[in-house]
Amino acid sequence: MIKSLKASGNKLSIIENQLKVLASEPFRTELPTFKAKLELINQFSLKPSKLEIFQINLGYMCNQVCKHCHVDAGPDRKEIMTKEHLQRCLDILEVIKIPTVDLTGGAPEMNPNFRWFVEEAHKIGVKEIIVRSNLTIIRANKKYFDLPDFFKKHNVHVVSSLPYYQAGKTDAQRGDGVFAKSIKALQTLNDIGYSKDGSGLKLDLVYNPNGAFLPSDQSDLEREFKRNLKNDFDIDFHNLFAITNIPISRFLDYLVASDNYEEYMEKLVMAFNPSAVDGVMCKNTISVDWDGYMYDCDFNQQLDMKVATKDTQHINDFNLERLENRTILINQHCYGCTAGAGSSCQGTVA
Amino acid sequence: MEKSYYDPRDLKKFGDIADFEPKLAEKFFDYYGEVFKEGALSAREKSLIALAVSHATQCPYCIDAYTEDALKKGASESMMMEAVHVAGAIKAGATLVHGVQMMNKVKKLSM
Repeated sequence: MIKSLKASGNKLSIIENQLKVLASEPFRTELPTFKAKLELINQFSLKPSKLEIFQINLGYMCNQVCKHCHVDAGPDRKEIMTKEHLQRCLDILEVIKIPTVDLTGGAPEMNPNFRWFVEEAHKIGVKEIIVRSNLTIIRANKKYFDLPDFFKKHNVHVVSSLPYYQAGKTDAQRGDGVFAKSIKALQTLNDIGYSKDGSGLKLDLVYNPNGAFLPSDQSDLEREFKRNLKNDFDIDFHNLFAITNIPISRFLDYLVASDNYEEYMEKLVMAFNPSAVDGVMCKNTISVDWDGYMYDCDFNQQLDMKVATKDTQHINDFNLERLENRTILINQHCYGCTAGAGSSCQGTVA
Repeated sequence: MEKSYYDPRDLKKFGDIADFEPKLAEKFFDYYGEVFKEGALSAREKSLIALAVSHATQCPYCIDAYTEDALKKGASESMMMEAVHVAGAIKAGATLVHGVQMMNKVKKLSM
């Protein structure tokens, strides 16, 4: 299995080096920075709207090492959120009543307190609990075999990555054998009622391009995925979210190593869609890292761009009013969320 | 003088053909855009046809553009290569079917 950038000593595992790439050509001369682009359309500075999604990154440990992973997750990553921090998140959710909790990682299920947290979140009445499951975790070890039943019991909304409806492209991005295991996991989720009429159990898939190009129309892709997964594997799901690969971490490493970086950034800039700016997820989301610090989104988290509210950057100092009045931090990677039909953890936005 | 007839950067300047003749360019680009809209054929089917034609016409700009477009639209590598084979088969067939003309002439000229 390949190692994370961090474990392999890759220079892009150091955040300053990623930021240097994002500040370099083509943005020094040829292309406008994201800030300049927002200024042109009078959208700078970017301000949040009502907080609707509390996205918690339970840790960077994962059983997979996907080539495009913006978290640089993998089995060699040991950063895991403590129960104390998870309890603090519950305390916030109980008071603030944020409708959606979005659990991500790594593989969030690998956090030893994952199930306890979901049970508690369910008890305090969180409206929607999303788990971003990589699917293979369900088949990785017998201690995870009953995860589908656990998800069902707590009405967890499962959102899973599947970059293609055939093995070749999926395994090329996510690792050998991932497609076959993902298919089995999806069939198991279907068997217990996920994505079946009347069950109320939601199962969505995430598509992201398998290389240095942007996603096409989300509804067209969804139609193709539905037709092929149904015909070939009798699998049903609700929605396909088409997500643009953001040029940070492992995907940035791929872009630079394959000499695609400048062209990819140019594609993102050329595809800038002003109407996508209103729907960017950083407006209604707070992302929390394993150590309790807060960010405008999971991508800013990976670039260590903590929320721009100095006195309330940590969940221990959570202050909704200050957070809702903050300025959202931006950099060139933000072009990924405003290209074409836009991109967010919930798919397109425009 | 340029060292090469083709420069990949020229693809991005395609729209500049309007600089010399705007009316015809406008009509062409309107038509082009309309052709590739989803219709009786899906946008992906049209992209694969365009990829095949790009090979038949041996246009490097078009091959670059429609390879990426087909990938974006979720086409698999095998779909794309099959499309290229369709172009190849038609090109080969078009050459070979002229063999009948050659045979006809041979027969006419021979005792």
